[in-house]
Amino acid sequence: MTSRPLGALRVEKAGPLATLQDSGRFGVRRLGVTQGGPADLHAFAWANDLLGNAWQAAVLEVTLGGLILVAEQDTRLALCGADLSATLDGTPLSPWQAFTLPKGKALTFGTPVAGVRAYLAVSGGFNAEPVLGSLSCVTREGLGGHHGDGKPLATGDRIAVAREATSATGSHREVPPEERIDYRQPATLALMPGAQIADFSGESTFRAFHTDWTVDTRADRMGVRLAGPRLDCRLESMISEGIALGALQVPPDGQPIALLNDRQTIGGYPRLGTLTPMACSRLAQCQPGQQVRLRPVDVNRAQADYLSQFRRFWTAPASGQ
Amino acid sequence: MQDPRLENAGIDAWLVRLFERIDEANMPWLMALCDRCEQAFGEALVDLVPSYTTLLVHYRPQQLTASRARALLVDILADLAPDEAASTGETKEIPVWYDASVGPELVRLEYEKGLTRDEVIEIHSGHVYRVFALGFAPGFGFMGSVDPRLDTPRLATPRQRVPAGSVALAGRQTSAYPKVSPGGWNLLGRTPVTLFDPARERMSFLQVGDRVRFVAIGREAFERLGGDTTPVAAVQKVQS
Repeated sequence: MTSRPLGALRVEKAGPLATLQDSGRFGVRRLGVTQGGPADLHAFAWANDLLGNAWQAAVLEVTLGGLILVAEQDTRLALCGADLSATLDGTPLSPWQAFTLPKGKALTFGTPVAGVRAYLAVSGGFNAEPVLGSLSCVTREGLGGHHGDGKPLATGDRIAVAREATSATGSHREVPPEERIDYRQPATLALMPGAQIADFSGESTFRAFHTDWTVDTRADRMGVRLAGPRLDCRLESMISEGIALGALQVPPDGQPIALLNDRQTIGGYPRLGTLTPMACSRLAQCQPGQQVRLRPVDVNRAQADYLSQFRRFWTAPASGQ
Repeated sequence: MQDPRLENAGIDAWLVRLFERIDEANMPWLMALCDRCEQAFGEALVDLVPSYTTLLVHYRPQQLTASRARALLVDILADLAPDEAASTGETKEIPVWYDASVGPELVRLEYEKGLTRDEVIEIHSGHVYRVFALGFAPGFGFMGSVDPRLDTPRLATPRQRVPAGSVALAGRQTSAYPKVSPGGWNLLGRTPVTLFDPARERMSFLQVGDRVRFVAIGREAFERLGGDTTPVAAVQKVQS
């Protein structure tokens, strides 16, 4: 398939953090390179699906709003995930739908109403030079993104669209209501117990699953800290080992940290187990101060749930392009 | 090798725990396990993260169920043999300009350990280290084991900006920072070697299992090799 950049979106105002993310950077973690990719895989996948894109195509992850984009030509887009008070040429635009941004018109993100991260897909995907096989922007490592150097969008930048607007259309023009998530509701996060859970005190293990945890302000693409009762582990630290997406580690201060896409590849704090991909997606949309609960889930069940939630995207007609 | 343990690490990952202690003798086993996983998982393999005593195996759940992936690992472990070839690999050299301007904790080590500066440098550069893991940042190799005479804890307050190439020590581990980053290790000097370059074929100068020797060089040689002589203190000021 020839890839010819057709057009672009111009960044009129950058906002706090907007980055290009495809499904992530894989095969290089043994060199210490983290995976990156969308913090909310669910919203990411729907944004591509609405346009009939390959499921892993690069989209914009817009954190907390503040971004203004102007189309250089009529551009087919889809917006999923957080409600960041977006407007299309001044008219309110709710997420979970596909739409056309006419040439010269502005798509403006305001402040968060629900959730933290919005996903903006473009027909055919955004275009940039892959770094280590991926467009995912990891600022800490200086890898990926629209310029390949790990920098987020800056005012005045242009982000290129991958190829001629596809004739492909998604299975839906809007995400079905049962798949839309109201991020303002308290969240229950499924955790596969494991790792060092047996080294935590019995009381701490009980508390882990019977506490309304508060999402801390210390939350970013590396991890999200939860505030609540202190969890005690008889191991203070361990020999560093590989850390999977969603690992819930507990440093000596007893407050858990869920490790997300830009986490360090190895670490040495004891862990209670691993959050499911859906739980990571959900947590990534929690604003500081929101309440979350942990619920234990068996790995086989969690894997079956994951496949039933995400299989539809891999089997979409445009997948694999 | 003791009885290995398989621990679940998510819907798409298992952690193989082979050892309980840090030991160079672990490395041929871990290298062999990496190779066997590559063969057995094939296209279903996503990532391998070897580290000191463990291997994290990340696979594609689209292709393998958790129980099938676990069964593959059990089969591999049943007849795993150490990869002795991995223990005879070439030794990589990292030239280092040991100097207090780029390695301010040389002074701390002299003072706390009752050694002369030359002794500190001689001890640090006199050992062939093993790369136990890469992590923290792309290309950052965790190497050991440092002579007990230099065993020094991390700084109480980490630096905001450790310059690229800084050669450092924490506890009985040593490393070099591939790029500017925050960090709490004790800085002893600086290397002109580019430790991570995504445009290079192998990307990371160091690979897990490598043997590494630090070679003391003078300022002149350091500059000739492209080293940046900006003192650590000056790099800190840029930030604040």
